[in-house]
Formats: sequence, C-alpha cells, structure tokens
Amino acid sequence: MYEGAIQDLIDELGRLPGVGPKSAQRIAFHVLSADPTDVNRLAGALRKVKELVRFCTTCYNVAESEQCRICRDPRRTNEVLCVVEEPKDVVAIERTGEFRGRYHVLGGAINPLEGIGPDNLRIRELMIRLGEGTVRELILATDPNTEGEATATYLALMVKPMGISVTRLASGLPVGGDLEYADEITLGRAFEGRRAV
Amino acid sequence: MYVHRLELVDFRSYERVGVDLQPGANVLIGANGVGKTNLVEALGYVATLDSHRVATDAPLVRMGATSAVIRCAVVHDGRELLVELEIVPGKANRARLGRSPARRARDVLGALRLVLFAPEDLELVRGDPAERRRYLDDLLVNRQPRYAGVRADYERVVKQRNALLRTAYLARKTGGSRGGDLGTLAVWDTHLAQHGAELLAGRLELVAALTPHVAKAYDAVAAGRGAAGIAYRPSIELAELTTDRAALAEALTAALAASRSAEIERGTTLVGPHRDELALTLGPLPAKGYASHGESWSFALALRLAGYDLLRADGIEPVLVLDDVFAELDTGRRERLAELVGGASQLLVTCAVDDDVPAALRGTRYQVGEGTVRRVG
Repeated sequence: MYEGAIQDLIDELGRLPGVGPKSAQRIAFHVLSADPTDVNRLAGALRKVKELVRFCTTCYNVAESEQCRICRDPRRTNEVLCVVEEPKDVVAIERTGEFRGRYHVLGGAINPLEGIGPDNLRIRELMIRLGEGTVRELILATDPNTEGEATATYLALMVKPMGISVTRLASGLPVGGDLEYADEITLGRAFEGRRAV
Repeated sequence: MYVHRLELVDFRSYERVGVDLQPGANVLIGANGVGKTNLVEALGYVATLDSHRVATDAPLVRMGATSAVIRCAVVHDGRELLVELEIVPGKANRARLGRSPARRARDVLGALRLVLFAPEDLELVRGDPAERRRYLDDLLVNRQPRYAGVRADYERVVKQRNALLRTAYLARKTGGSRGGDLGTLAVWDTHLAQHGAELLAGRLELVAALTPHVAKAYDAVAAGRGAAGIAYRPSIELAELTTDRAALAEALTAALAASRSAEIERGTTLVGPHRDELALTLGPLPAKGYASHGESWSFALALRLAGYDLLRADGIEPVLVLDDVFAELDTGRRERLAELVGGASQLLVTCAVDDDVPAALRGTRYQVGEGTVRRVG
C-alpha cells in the first residue's frame, strides 16, 4: 500500500476494464514521472469525454452534437437501416466502406442471464423510426452468437408484419484464410449457408 | 492410431516422467495409488480436454506447481504428430501441435482419438440420465466434431431460456402485477426448437447406429446371459422416431407450447433433449435398479466398447484404454474381453495384479512406481 494520492490513483485505474493491480501501479508511476502538460492533456481528455460526448438522438451512436456524423450526412440513404449492438460495431461496418445507409445502435443484445430484455435496449426507439415509413430494408447485424441471434429473431418477428424487408448478415468463412484452419462450427455454418455458383 | 510417447511434467503425482509406448497391448502394472490412472487420465485429457475424474483442472496440477504439461507423440497412418498441452488452472490452456503453437487449445481435438473405460463408468448404468446423455453427446462429437457447436449452442439457449422463466417466476412470486417479461419467450422457443432438433436428430442417428454394437459387445462380455438393449426416450411425443430436422423442430415447438404454463409455474425448461433419457434394458427389464453389480459393470463396459466399435466402423482407429477392468471380471469374461479387444491398434491396460491380465494381452509391460514408469518386458 502506498499513501494518499498515488494509492487513490492506483485504485481508480484498477477499476478500469482489463487493468489489473500490477498494470494500475505501473500506469500510476508513469503518470507520476510524466511531464505535467502530458498529464493535463490526459486529465482534459477524460473530463471532455464525459462533458462533450453524448448519444445521437436518432441512432444512439456516440456523437459530439445532437446528431452523429452519419445521421447528418445528406449523401446517405434513409431507405436502408442497419441494426447493431454497440457503437464499435458501427465503426467496424464503416471500415468496409460498403454500407451507405443509416444505423441504429441497440446498446446490447437480449440476454436474460444478465437481466437484459427488449425494454433495456433501444427497440422502442427503433420501432418509432421504422414507423415513419422511409425505411425499406432492415439489416440485422447483431453478433452471430446465441444472444445476438435471439435479438435478430425478436426484431424480425416484430418488423416483418410492417412490410419492411428484413435481412441478416451471413456467417461463414473468413476471406483470405485457409479452409483447413477454420474451426468446425464456422465451417459447419458455412456449409449450411452454401450457395449455387 | 497409437501413442508413441507420453511425457508428463507436474501432472498429478508426477514431477517429470516419460514413457515410450508400443502399438498393440501395453500393460501398466503397479500397486494401488501409485498413479497408473494418472497416466491414462493425461491421455484422456489430450483427447477430450477434459478429465474423466474431476470437473476442474486444479487437481491435475501437482501440489506446489503452477501448471502441468502433457506431451505426447501420436502416430497416425505412419506419421508422427506431437501434441503438447499446458494446463494452467483458472486460465486458458496452451497447446502446441507439431512444432507450432495452436491458436486455441480446442484445435488439438481430433489429434488423438481415444476411448476410455474406467471404474467411474459404472455411473453410466446406475447414475442419472445426465450421465447417459453425456455419453451420447461425447460420442457424437467424437464421431462428428460439428456437433460440439450444436451442443454448446443448445446448452446456451436452455440457460438463457431458464433465466427468463426464472425471472418471470420470481416476479410472480413476489406479487409483481405482470408476470415478468415473457415477451421474448417465443424467440427462445424458436432457437431451442432449431438447435434442439439438430441435437436430437444427431442423437437418434447415433443410437440407431450404436444399438447393434451394444448388443454384440454385451453378449461378448457377459457370454449370452441376457440381451442388452438401448432405446432413446425423448421428453416429447414423437409419432415416429424420425431424424428429419424440420419435423423434430415442429414437434419440439408443439411440446413447448403444450408445457408453457407448467414451465412458467416451475420457472424452468421442461422439454427438449436436455431432459431426454437413454433407456438401458437387460432382456425385458430396465438395467437401472434390476441389474446386479456384475451386470451393471458389464453393461457400462459394453457401452464403451460399442462406442469403440462404432468409431472403428467409421474408419477411425482410436486408442482403447481399459483402466482397472480385469480385476472386476471372472476368468471366463477376462478371456472373452481379451479376444474382443485383441485387434486394437493400441490398447492400454492398467492393473494392480499382474496375473489378472489374460495371457493373450501380455504385450509390452510397464512397472509403475511412485512417480516412475519403467518398461519390464
């Protein structure tokens, strides 16, 4: 145990995800020996992230103003909407440069073990958006695990009666990889989803 | 397929031990408690990433050590493959295949195919249905690794669905006006039916293929005293035992709808493959409760040998391990068992008393002492 401020810092750092007691101690002593301007910049960034970043009122992605950059972009189409679990999924899909529609961030997936039901996700907000009538295709891009699949099924059941086309991202083999290195689950799914050429 | 060499570091009672094994019969002889089973347990761990004796990894690591290493050279079709596993309790195991590290420990599955019969297997006959379901599922995955994913998906869905039902049940009990949030139950029903049908179909196909092998193996071990039978008893009504996935999913969906109120009442999933049973019969009677100790024992052995036969019929030549088997059998049964397993590409037998092993299985012999293994003939 150290005394006073340094121990306080170690304790606070140790509460961050992925940071254990040893790492917290190393970071704390790094901060202690660092240049004061660097430390101030870090402190400023930490403060600013809470003050400035909020959630887009349309898609619930992280944003710096009322609406996020994607929702403000006039070149994108309003007819296709992609549903994802987290803001980091938006970043992943944006990296492809393939998608020119809008997003909707649910804030998680249905997970009864953790007490997360549809009411804890931004599903009501999604339904309101779809009710406006401009969206013609809904792409379900939740994670390909048990919880993500359940969320996708739930949304499909709710949205299909509205006459909107609902699609799900395909799952299968990674591109550029070797078939022999694919695990049997992925390969099994890829077999199920095979298509004629 | 056979194991050419086995090395252990800090595994169970062994600080460091290495033993060269031979194709054909290998007999490990040693007094009780010197660590014969530890050797075959290590091989079992390489084959399944699981111990047949304990549920957690901590007991596998020698007292005072932080991790255990199992290294074995497996010869398959004339090629030797090195498999190395480092067991670190509470963390992910590290694995090496050949000279290079494997991405995940799971990648070593399939490198060593092994069928193990141990005294614990008496539970297959005497224990809960869960023991027999696990027997079926393990064999299913051993035959068709794809089912590892189906099994994991199904178990996850059941867990989530149970959590949902339990929340609803508790909300009800504490007098909440609405019965919890059951709006998503239909979603879980869909997924349960889909994965459940896949698992059920796999098990039904397996049981159909396995049945003649069980009857044959029991007949051989017990010498014609009663006929052993197995039958799959699903928890749902099936007009006929079909393996059509769509029909099974439909039957599961109907069964879930029919038991809905009971499920909400009890807060758990009441139908599906996780409630099914593999019924074992001896002649007209159920084995559980009616079979003698000797008969139960022969039945458990027959189940393992049937699995072994089935894998061989598929063209896989697994290593067969019989842990402490011969002491339980009379002379006649010993001879018949020896005849039955004599053709194994590799057989590992452990025993405390040298004379218990029939002459036909003499093969290579090893003396197991406190922390040592020495070839004696």
